[in-house]
Amino acid sequence: MTSKANDERKSDIVYDVDNLNLWYGNDQALRDVTLDIKRNEVTAIIGPSGCGKSTFIKTLNRMVELIPIVRTSGEIYYHGNNIFEKTTRVEDLRTKVGMVFQKPNPFPKSVFENVVYGPRIHGIKSRKVLEEIAEISLKRAALWDEVKDRLHDNAYGLSGGQQQRLCIARVLAVEPEVVLMDEPTSALDPISTLKIEDLIHELKQTYTIIIVTHNMQQAGRISEKTAFFLNGEVIEYDRTEMIFSTPKDKRTEDYITGRFG
Amino acid sequence: MANGSGSGKYEKLAIEAPSFQKRTKRRILLDKVAGKLFSLSIFFALAVLCILLYQIVSKSIGWLDFKFLTGNLSMDPYKAGIRGVIIGSVLLMVVVIPVTLLLGVSTAIYLEEYAGKSRLRSIINTNISNLASVPSVIFGLLGLTVFGRLFNLGSSILAGGLTLSLLVLPIVVVASQEAIRAVPGFLRDASYAIGATKWTTVKKVVLPASLPGILTGSILAMSRAIGETAPLVVLGIPTLILRIPNGLLDDFTALPIQIYYWTLDTVLTAEYANLAAATIVVLLVLLFLMNSAAIIIRNKFQKRY
Ligand SMILES: Nc1ncnc2c1ncn2[C@@H]1O[C@H](COP(=O)(O)OP(=O)(O)O)[C@@H](O)[C@H]1O
Ligand SMILES: [Mg+2]
Repeated sequence: MTSKANDERKSDIVYDVDNLNLWYGNDQALRDVTLDIKRNEVTAIIGPSGCGKSTFIKTLNRMVELIPIVRTSGEIYYHGNNIFEKTTRVEDLRTKVGMVFQKPNPFPKSVFENVVYGPRIHGIKSRKVLEEIAEISLKRAALWDEVKDRLHDNAYGLSGGQQQRLCIARVLAVEPEVVLMDEPTSALDPISTLKIEDLIHELKQTYTIIIVTHNMQQAGRISEKTAFFLNGEVIEYDRTEMIFSTPKDKRTEDYITGRFG
Repeated sequence: MANGSGSGKYEKLAIEAPSFQKRTKRRILLDKVAGKLFSLSIFFALAVLCILLYQIVSKSIGWLDFKFLTGNLSMDPYKAGIRGVIIGSVLLMVVVIPVTLLLGVSTAIYLEEYAGKSRLRSIINTNISNLASVPSVIFGLLGLTVFGRLFNLGSSILAGGLTLSLLVLPIVVVASQEAIRAVPGFLRDASYAIGATKWTTVKKVVLPASLPGILTGSILAMSRAIGETAPLVVLGIPTLILRIPNGLLDDFTALPIQIYYWTLDTVLTAEYANLAAATIVVLLVLLFLMNSAAIIIRNKFQKRY
């Protein structure tokens, strides 16, 4: 293989996770996790409750370190740079890698102020620029039409699904490259869930998405790759249709056929 | 008796059912009596309060007028006014408010957001709670030693204000800590997750969300400071100040201390009792206003998450 081809393949890989282990105090929550995540793909993380899905994606933007008892070993390369290196600033990492949580968590501020929170803290002051960013981000999050007349109303007045899309817009407003989503639809009704799934379809043109879900149909509908976690280990990681049609591991098969979890 | 344990439990229950009913009746009766007793004790406290209020207000009638509020202090009770005293109290607050807010809120932010779960933090926390229960005379002695003598501030407004600041600082710290702790973690997470630093998160998420709680606690602390007498007495605030203070280094007198001195001097001049009563009414109205403000803020910004 020529070095140019090699480089191209390399830049296609956003995350390269290598032998990642993580402990909460003495309890190990991730064991030797090793996987690559490709650009502009949707990667789904599935597995029973407590298997380490949230822990894993919170490690990708180092949010997990906000819990004081956490220790890690192993490496995570983000575009070839080890994110645990001293030279990596978590603020930069988290600007590039946004996160959407299980429960919608808008700030108790207006819709507009929620969206421009990120741009503002990154130093943008011009009202006009902020308004533009708000409009673009809300459009990308498929929320603009529903909120354009109430931009200055409190975000707590929106429905759960709208709040979640607002949280997505808030992340998109800082132009991230990766969006991490931790069961973003588990607190939502089916219609809101479908809207978010459609949105994810749109977003993957521009962003790399890693989504935790314990809804297997959802994983099947939206993702290219699926990783099956069990007790902190990656049991199987493959193209989604392979995982769902011909799983290689008995435990994966048991899980996707609903025998446990 | 109805202590049915083990196998014969159900039989026993059936047999003793009527006596259970009797006992229930007795319990209900007891409940009613207890309720009455408790309301009686509230009634008693309220009655004493009313008598006090009545005495004070009736003594102040005819004395508390515009001339009293705007006049200068005087030995002659018929000429005395409390303009200087009110100004003294206001200037005290000019020292206490910024000092306690600045120190108190930063301490709370440090302890809640930066200190982690270290042993040092728990030691500091315990000591702050202990400080809150130290008698105010002790703070007066501290103020006298440190601000009055060491810093040579004497019995100036600055010395008094700093002493009162120390006194209410623990209250402000604890109230601010509680308000900060009540800000849900998911709001902080939202901020961190888009690349905010800790300070940005504190400034733009934590403080705005905890501000109502901090304000409520601080206003209550200020109303404590404005009514404190003992530390000022210890500092040696002069009995009679005929000059109106116009700087923080001037000597002064304040509402509670003026009440105290006038009350002491009623043996010399009986009318001083009326002056004291009128000043008490002024102080009470002030406290009432401050506490109402605290309640209004608390109700207006009640939990929104
Ligand atoms: N803050 C925490 N402190 C201690 N243990 C935790 C914490 N969060 C998660 N864990 C443990 O780590 C394991 C994985 O949890 P999590 O990543 O939340 O699983 P999932 O998202 O797959 O349900 C669980 O055993 C859980 O008890
Ligand atoms: Mg989870």
